[in-house]
Amino acid sequence: MKPMRRAGPVFSTVVAIFAIWYIMCLPMNIHSAVTSAERAGLEVTPEGAQERVYYGGWSLVLKNPIPANDVWSQSRARLPAPHQVAAELWRSTVVEELTGRRGIVNSGSLSNRGLLHHAIVTLSATLTGFVFGTLLGVVLAVGIVRYRVMDMSVMPWAIISQTIPIVALAPMVIVVLSSIGLQGLIPKAVISAYLSFFPVVVGMVKGLRAPDRMQLDLLHTYNARWSEGLFKLRLPASAPYLFTSLKIAIAASLVGAIVGELPVQRGGLGARMLAGTYYGQTEQIWAALLMAAALAAALVALISAAERRTLRKMGVEQ
Amino acid sequence: MILVLLALLLWALGWWFNIMLARRKPSTAIGLAVPAIFGITLLVVWELMVRGLEISPVILPPPTAIAIKFMANIPLLWGDFQQTILKGGLGGYIFGCGAGFATALLVDRYDFLKRGLLPVGNFMAALPIVGTAPILVMWFGFGWQSKAAVVVLMVYFPMLVNTVAGLSDTSSMQRDLMRTYGAGYWQRLWRLRLPAAMPFIFNGLKIATTLALIGAIVAEFFGSPTQGLGFRISTSVGQLALDMVWSVILVAALAGSAFYGLMAYLEARVIFWHPSQRK
Repeated sequence: MKPMRRAGPVFSTVVAIFAIWYIMCLPMNIHSAVTSAERAGLEVTPEGAQERVYYGGWSLVLKNPIPANDVWSQSRARLPAPHQVAAELWRSTVVEELTGRRGIVNSGSLSNRGLLHHAIVTLSATLTGFVFGTLLGVVLAVGIVRYRVMDMSVMPWAIISQTIPIVALAPMVIVVLSSIGLQGLIPKAVISAYLSFFPVVVGMVKGLRAPDRMQLDLLHTYNARWSEGLFKLRLPASAPYLFTSLKIAIAASLVGAIVGELPVQRGGLGARMLAGTYYGQTEQIWAALLMAAALAAALVALISAAERRTLRKMGVEQ
Repeated sequence: MILVLLALLLWALGWWFNIMLARRKPSTAIGLAVPAIFGITLLVVWELMVRGLEISPVILPPPTAIAIKFMANIPLLWGDFQQTILKGGLGGYIFGCGAGFATALLVDRYDFLKRGLLPVGNFMAALPIVGTAPILVMWFGFGWQSKAAVVVLMVYFPMLVNTVAGLSDTSSMQRDLMRTYGAGYWQRLWRLRLPAAMPFIFNGLKIATTLALIGAIVAEFFGSPTQGLGFRISTSVGQLALDMVWSVILVAALAGSAFYGLMAYLEARVIFWHPSQRK
């Protein structure tokens, strides 16, 4: 019942977004569309590309009755139309792999000119960093809850570090690690791990402290050791907090991996975007962006699904 | 070698001192002293280790070198700070948070938007929006406007989602009271729902501070004038001038903490009544 009630408004919102996208293509791309129409020998006002620089997008649209489809099919458009981006996505994934010389059909491995290869490069760095960052974060959180001195020393810095744009470190980490011989996956994974580390620490400390006095006292009367309390009470109680942090952490990991790919052009969605900027391949940028979005959505959805399953099995009210 | 041993010794000493402090009765002074000692020990150990192991400054410069570089380049860094934080970051932050807030009021007013726009907004908030930076740099040029545009997109959705959540955070008892007073929409909004939403709004504002700085800095990696924190980082990395990179990171860290601290201060002033603010 509930999803049905939601589907209508969500659908119309998405349709509205696409409509706005198509409409915004008109003023964004009209300059190049008018220029190509002029080259084709059509009558345009005003004549000469230099003259038109001084005109706004909308006034050119009103002055030149060019078929909208021309505006929506410019190559290297400032704003490629949705169907152009979709076509690029299709070309750089399915078509490239099936028919490309380096595609999986002809060469046995994913094409390095296709988007799937780059997505997997980014994904592997993201996941490696995410796993290590999460594990380290949980371990540190246990230490913080166990030892007061760690809590007092480390916790303020962990909180302050969340207010710092740590991603700014990414280019430096890449260059430094490559100068000591580490290249490829590991430097990016280090950045991802670092970014997912702090949300997990802060969330897990909260979660491990979630059991109330009464529950801790009960374990005390059972004469339970601290480690037993950790495994039987604190860790299970922290599960909801862990999943909330994991969702933040995986998104941060992905951003870290993408930014980490900017300084070194060795594949990945970030490298793909930057290459697109250099060569003015706007469709390629948009396709990489949509791929990154799909990746992020899939990863968050995966964690949400794991969260629902786990919490339902644990009998936690949601 | 002596320096390395000294570093280990100092580390043990600092840790031991902190353990002693942590065992005492908690007070504000100890609460400040322990992390301060930890931080200072870390810096000293870093310095001694780098010097003792003779680590090349292109891998990790010692803190003193960074401090010297920082002090020597304050005018340059101030220019970068103005370009990135004040123009790009703050401009985008104000506009993006304002737009997010305004949309939230609309979404709250119209149930259709709430059911349609909010799931989309929630979805967008989890996406790597920083990836739009190359596109926006292409549209708005290399100046601060493109950075502000990236920041607007980055802070918009968290602000929207948080404000909407806050506006629905009133109990039916409170709403009934407003109704018995015969309050209209704007009166209910102004007197009850906005104040009740403030904790959520400030939560959004605080999350947005970090996002704004990330957006402004990362957008500069895709193209910038010859000024700005992101520009300085990418060019200094290219020159292997890591002491300069660390100085820029110090600026970003100070700016981020100050920005966040300002929001936390305003929060404490505005929602002094909220349980989270009770001492």
